[in-house]
Amino acid sequence: MILLTEDSSVLVIGGGVAGIQASLDLADRGFRVYLVEETPSIGGRMAQLDKTFPTLDCSICILAPKMIECFRHPNITLLTYSEVKDVSGSVGKFAVKIIRKPRFVDETKCTGCGTCTQKCPVVEPSEFDVLLGDRKAIYMPFPQAVPRIATIDKDNCLYFTRAVCKICQKLCQADAVDFEQKPQEITLNVSAIIVATGFDLLNPSVINEYGYQRYKNVITSLEFERLANASGPTGGHVTRLSDGRIPDKVAFIQCVGSRGLGRGVSYCSSACCMYATKEAILIKEHEPDSEVFIFYIDLRASGKGFQDFIDRAKENWGIQYIRGRPGEILEDPRTKDLIIFCEHTVSREVRELRVDMVVLCPAFVPKESNKKLSENLKIRLDEYGFFKNEDSMLAPVDTNVPGVFICGCCQGPKDIPESVAEASGAAARAVEVIALTARKEAQ
Amino acid sequence: MERMSDETPRIGVFICHCGINIGGVVNVPEVVEYAKTLPNVVYGEENLYTCSSEGLSKIKEGIQKHNLNRVIVASCTPRTHEPLFRATCEEAGLNKYLFEMANIRDQCSWVHMGDHEAATEKAKDLMRMAVAKAGLLRPQEETEIDVAPSALVIGGGVAGMTAALCLANQGLSVHIVEKEHEMGGMLRYLHRLYPTMQNAPEVMDQLVNAVNSNKNIEILTSSVVKEVKGFIGNFEVTVQKGNGKTVNLGIGTIIVATGATNFEPFGMYGYKEYDNVITQLQLEQLLKSERLQNMKNVVMIQCVGSRQEGRSYCSRICCMTALKNSVLIKELYPDADIYVLYRDLQTYGKEYEEYYREVQKKDVEFIKYLPEKPPEISPGQNGKLNVNVYHSLIGEQVEIMADLVVLSTPLIQHEDAKDLSQKLKVPLGPNRFFLEAHVKLRPVDFATDGIYVCGCAHWPVDVGESISQAYGAASRASIPMAIKKLRTEAITAVVDEDICSGCGLCELTCPFKAILIEETEKGRKAKVIAASCKGCGACGAGCPQMAITMQHFTDEQLLAQVIALAEAIP
Repeated sequence: MILLTEDSSVLVIGGGVAGIQASLDLADRGFRVYLVEETPSIGGRMAQLDKTFPTLDCSICILAPKMIECFRHPNITLLTYSEVKDVSGSVGKFAVKIIRKPRFVDETKCTGCGTCTQKCPVVEPSEFDVLLGDRKAIYMPFPQAVPRIATIDKDNCLYFTRAVCKICQKLCQADAVDFEQKPQEITLNVSAIIVATGFDLLNPSVINEYGYQRYKNVITSLEFERLANASGPTGGHVTRLSDGRIPDKVAFIQCVGSRGLGRGVSYCSSACCMYATKEAILIKEHEPDSEVFIFYIDLRASGKGFQDFIDRAKENWGIQYIRGRPGEILEDPRTKDLIIFCEHTVSREVRELRVDMVVLCPAFVPKESNKKLSENLKIRLDEYGFFKNEDSMLAPVDTNVPGVFICGCCQGPKDIPESVAEASGAAARAVEVIALTARKEAQ
Repeated sequence: MERMSDETPRIGVFICHCGINIGGVVNVPEVVEYAKTLPNVVYGEENLYTCSSEGLSKIKEGIQKHNLNRVIVASCTPRTHEPLFRATCEEAGLNKYLFEMANIRDQCSWVHMGDHEAATEKAKDLMRMAVAKAGLLRPQEETEIDVAPSALVIGGGVAGMTAALCLANQGLSVHIVEKEHEMGGMLRYLHRLYPTMQNAPEVMDQLVNAVNSNKNIEILTSSVVKEVKGFIGNFEVTVQKGNGKTVNLGIGTIIVATGATNFEPFGMYGYKEYDNVITQLQLEQLLKSERLQNMKNVVMIQCVGSRQEGRSYCSRICCMTALKNSVLIKELYPDADIYVLYRDLQTYGKEYEEYYREVQKKDVEFIKYLPEKPPEISPGQNGKLNVNVYHSLIGEQVEIMADLVVLSTPLIQHEDAKDLSQKLKVPLGPNRFFLEAHVKLRPVDFATDGIYVCGCAHWPVDVGESISQAYGAASRASIPMAIKKLRTEAITAVVDEDICSGCGLCELTCPFKAILIEETEKGRKAKVIAASCKGCGACGAGCPQMAITMQHFTDEQLLAQVIALAEAIP
């Protein structure tokens, strides 16, 4: 047991891998940590991924122990399904108002047995499975969710919409369902704040010529992760959404909405070359006879072991890399196959490639909620809407407000180890600034 | 309340479906039923996810309700999940070493994915082995050790200085050991830093001054780490100082921030053969000292000595360095034509891509060459160089009369890194960069407790990334020092002095320097330093007298497992 050795508390906003790491470092260091997460479970994007590059570790398998550690840590208070409403004060003495959204399930009573979710008659698309799978109106977002507490989706629950049903309440042995639950406001006094709210993916339908949401077999990389995952909607079989068939030929397209002029965003999303390579290898692992193509502009593989990973993808797995940004994708209306038109810019041939499935790697974009949070915290956003650090070189995790720090993808695209190192870095800066502020005040 | 362990074993078995990861292949209910028939097993159940909070409460509930004094989880790998299950046992009042794990995911459902029956049978074999061992488990105790509130930072570059300042500002004492006669590391050779174009000397002076004036930091320049003994919280480090004297330091945690050095491209593209073929680092110094002559054509060649046989990696910082130096040349000589011969431009992330776009607007020409058709250099007229390159995007051979050819060479590990890695007992990975504990989730930790890494010692990174990692390493290094006390590993080697012949083979074998030969009343005998021992078992396996036993992995326990396995063989 690590007990509190420091008088101060720190608020961490966002329960993805960055927020988790920052919380654990601070809690191990002896600080009281409040970890606020807007969704019902911590885990973030990493929990949604199937495997991670370049080691092909199962993502949730390596993340789950850290999630549970957060849950069990005596110095961490988990505030899931909660949002930051208002922040006042300054370094050493922030006052933060948190809204705990009603789950309509008593957190102190729910045992996470899952009976309610089994019997609930309402089936809704699962946000965790990027709408490819289902969940119930009372649900736990994914099997390894932390905390393991059910949440009622008020917009779709029959009791809330039509004043009928209440099956979950009747079945709950723990008497945890509480339809009368109200939003609860709590105020926390903290010495420092770490923002780790992550990112979203661009909806690639803005790149109209790729046909996302018009063609069933054009999917995003995050959708692919859920399809490839054993706990995902297809039980780990990567199949075509049009007919459930396993594709023989799959093409990945990089920089969808990234590095673009005009549409999408102008920056590079950093992680896509590597995760597309990983996803390509997953296909070959599942179906060794399939053909996999990756359309790219520049292969960005500058992290540790990355170039070797790409070399292995080419040599051992036969992944075919084609330099070129496809101009258009057409669907064969009969077979739902896809025809990619592209110039191979190195051989300078114009090609027409027929595939069974296209995976788009969309730009990492800032979360819409950043704007409101930046106003609450009085921290700056950059031109794109990511949180802006004080100096991109010398003060990478500091913001314009002393005592407020940022880490992970909320300040721009990056991969998991960069996010983790940065999260530890934000924790260190928080400790350092709390110590310096206390010393100044003592003088 | 600690449950007794010497009473008759009462074993509880928890078998995990891991969603369908295990349950989709192994017939879990069948394995549960089988386990219940094994000796001393008094309880068995299956869980969808044993590691979920629900699964963990089931374990605790089982211990209480069925008075279990041994727990087995059959699920995934102990590498990721054993600490969690052990802690759960502890919370329920059971000594955590009375826990055993069977890996029926990696060893059954994954490797025998196509044969459900065989996978199930193998899971039963593993269960039987785990039960055989569990009955012989004994409680083990971890001892508490004090942590010296003093850190050692090896390397006085930007990463080392940043980490040191962060720790010192938290009130911890820090010693920086720098082998050069002055602080600054690679910053000393740089001119302007991308992407903010700050002056490297200014950045360096600021850091050096802050480090110099911080009373919690002691700086040892012209000094090297000579010897490292001990373990987390209690390292004894001998530093050889420039004046020939040595100093002994009592250290709690160590940060490796030794940086990297630049590859010298001898024999490539006329380097050292023609005066006007230089490296990017040399260009940096010409710019810094304002000695760069006016010139018409500058060619920069990327990936010189990297992304090729023998040095396969991408050095990450060279593309941005080339772009930044192109901008600086254009500022000095707006009429200069600059050609960047690249393979894949590494202008990753939010800012660098934007920077690339700005550079493109400044008439810097980018030519994508193919590794199979690299640029060729030959002497031209008036001391110029003919650069011949196949421009893959337009499909033509291009010839440039260059006044200056700048080679972008990779950062490589220092020659003496191997020596340091051996002293610290931490590994070097591929390309000889220091190898972290886990590439995804422990990027700045070493597998050895109490030692951390940041900056280019780990992998080529730029200044901003080094600073970010340095803070990360500082966070990790501060934790044991701030909480002041640690619990040590209980699974250690134990020497039976009556059998030990004092031959010393174990001392030679131990990779952690955790076993020493000492003179005792009974003669020369091996002695284990419990806090350094990682319980790897190398000494036990090597001992010709069989005088060494590993706690928690005794011969009796291991043989019981072998016998249990053999039961299945007709």
